[in-house]
Amino acid sequence: MSGDPILKVDDVEVAFPVGRIGRRSSILGVAGVSFEVHRGETFALVGESGSGKTTLARAVNGLQAISRGTITFEGRRIDGLARQAMKPIRKRMAMMFQDPVGSLSPRMTVGDLVTEPFRIHGLEDRNLKDETARLLALVGLTRDFANRYPHQLSGGQARRVGVARAIALNPTLIIADEPTAGLDVSVQGEVLNLLNELRERLGLAMVVITHNLHVVHHIADRVAVMYLGRFVETGETEAVFQAPAHPYTAALLSANPEPDPDKARDRIALPAEVPSLLARPPGCEFHTRCPWAEARCSREVPARRDVGGRRVACHFPLAPGARPPPRKERPHV
Amino acid sequence: MTVLSVSDLNVSFSTEEGRLLALKNVSFDVPERRIVGIVGESGCGKSTLINAVLGLLAKNGRIDSGSILFEGRSELTSLGPAQMRALRGVRISTVFQDPMGALNPVISIGQQMVNIQYRSKRSKAEKIALAAEMLKQVRIPDAEAALARYPHEFSGGMKQRIAIAMALMMEPSLLIADEPTTALDATLEVATIELLKALQEKIGCSVLFISHHLGVIAELCDDVVVMYAGEVVERGTTRQVFNDPRHPYTLRLLECDPARQHERTRHLPTIPGEIPDLRRRPEGCIFAPRCHRRHAACAAAPPDIDVGRGHVARCFLADRPEPAEATA
Repeated sequence: MSGDPILKVDDVEVAFPVGRIGRRSSILGVAGVSFEVHRGETFALVGESGSGKTTLARAVNGLQAISRGTITFEGRRIDGLARQAMKPIRKRMAMMFQDPVGSLSPRMTVGDLVTEPFRIHGLEDRNLKDETARLLALVGLTRDFANRYPHQLSGGQARRVGVARAIALNPTLIIADEPTAGLDVSVQGEVLNLLNELRERLGLAMVVITHNLHVVHHIADRVAVMYLGRFVETGETEAVFQAPAHPYTAALLSANPEPDPDKARDRIALPAEVPSLLARPPGCEFHTRCPWAEARCSREVPARRDVGGRRVACHFPLAPGARPPPRKERPHV
Repeated sequence: MTVLSVSDLNVSFSTEEGRLLALKNVSFDVPERRIVGIVGESGCGKSTLINAVLGLLAKNGRIDSGSILFEGRSELTSLGPAQMRALRGVRISTVFQDPMGALNPVISIGQQMVNIQYRSKRSKAEKIALAAEMLKQVRIPDAEAALARYPHEFSGGMKQRIAIAMALMMEPSLLIADEPTTALDATLEVATIELLKALQEKIGCSVLFISHHLGVIAELCDDVVVMYAGEVVERGTTRQVFNDPRHPYTLRLLECDPARQHERTRHLPTIPGEIPDLRRRPEGCIFAPRCHRRHAACAAAPPDIDVGRGHVARCFLADRPEPAEATA
């Protein structure tokens, strides 16, 4: 993981206007995040719904304008590029959207779907038959799939077609939004194995968005945990999973039910509701739900600092294996 | 008492390409005050099963044989539509995956909660009070004021909790929960199942909980039923099934869950092959084409073998589990 990053996101902010004319203000869907992704590396974005994962991915891909910061792809600034200028860049940066079946046009055959990227980019001179065969083979589908329509595919097969479309033009970066959502566990493994294998074979960089932490554990090299549009903890996956330093990360990890009826449950319970982006809490934005919160957390915004090789935005990062304090001692709530 | 007893149920659908046997010899019980989980992947017949129980099979579907006995006295397979309507929502209630789809977007929550009590003889004021009380029980803040609000004013997790409150309001003896937490975030999922368990204990109802999430089943359920391609391949207590799986499909399914892989791996286990076409159901064991323990006997349909204390698996080798190292 040396050399220049394939993707560099620096202090990116995405603002959405809200309110009526005259009283217009804005909310920040993404509120100043920075990360880099290198060749052959998988970077995961995790967080609850509404944390800004998908908005960030759309901003990187140029589908969503940013209001601050810079995005550099293969050494070139791509934020604010016009639609036409962005088009050739999308050959190198592929996006896999959520909903495997819904992202495929129901009126096109699989053969048409996997070669659609060539037509969009004016590359019809290639032998599309050969390309179809090559791509289907890469994602482990037999040739006769070329004549099928999306409704004739299972969820896993539809996902494979999505992967084939994403890698059609030999991209250097794939952004996969919830690549396994809605798939059965036995098929989920297949799709993740396929993405891993292609990443290794083709030297791809990947950004994977997911809310499934078990998936992150097995596929990502580094992970960023998002809360209300900010990164609260980033670091090597293994380190983050071994000893989460931010209380939110710890709570997310403990909220994953494991298929083991005898597992002792030391769960960190979070008050259920995520605050509204219209009224971000003062100080540390997580303090309203944090079992460890102290008076200072509601006043001062925590700086991001290095804790055990990770970047953590918390006044009181957790020691490994920390248990939440008993509820009655909690100064808030 | 057994609240729901399904025995040898066969359900088929007529399709353009012939009859499709969607449920084959399905048997299991939901005992009183217990939470029974049904786990299985897409196409295994979970939804067909609950639709059969609720009397809501599509027009081209029919119950070929078998029995669904409710509360020890009502044979649901022979009840007419009016009799079924009298049970649904009162004695048997349901919570579905999509809470938005379950709530009417143009009627306030309070009005909806009063409307569904139309069979009750309580006064209007009592109905409103009960609705507010149920909202409190599912921890909706400011319950009285919430009655006047509309579904879109609540978050996804709150909407699902409101749906649970509505389902339990008439204190049914059986709650059927079809993937109620699938659309929720992990933190909300956990909170929702804990709430469901607390309410189940309080009301004393039984729950039939359908999910593909093995972790949720392990945490919530007392008993579990594993389905594959329209058959119950294994059933028993959650501990029996999760700690000592006897059907090769259950074993493989558990292995596939990335949550069970504590060591980080770049290659996750999968189950090779696909679910068979139910219009051309193989004669013998339904799982044989994908099974790592397949042998000559599997060409015939395997019996349900009881390996002890109600732990049943539909496999010739159920009483001869694999040595642990062979599955590693």
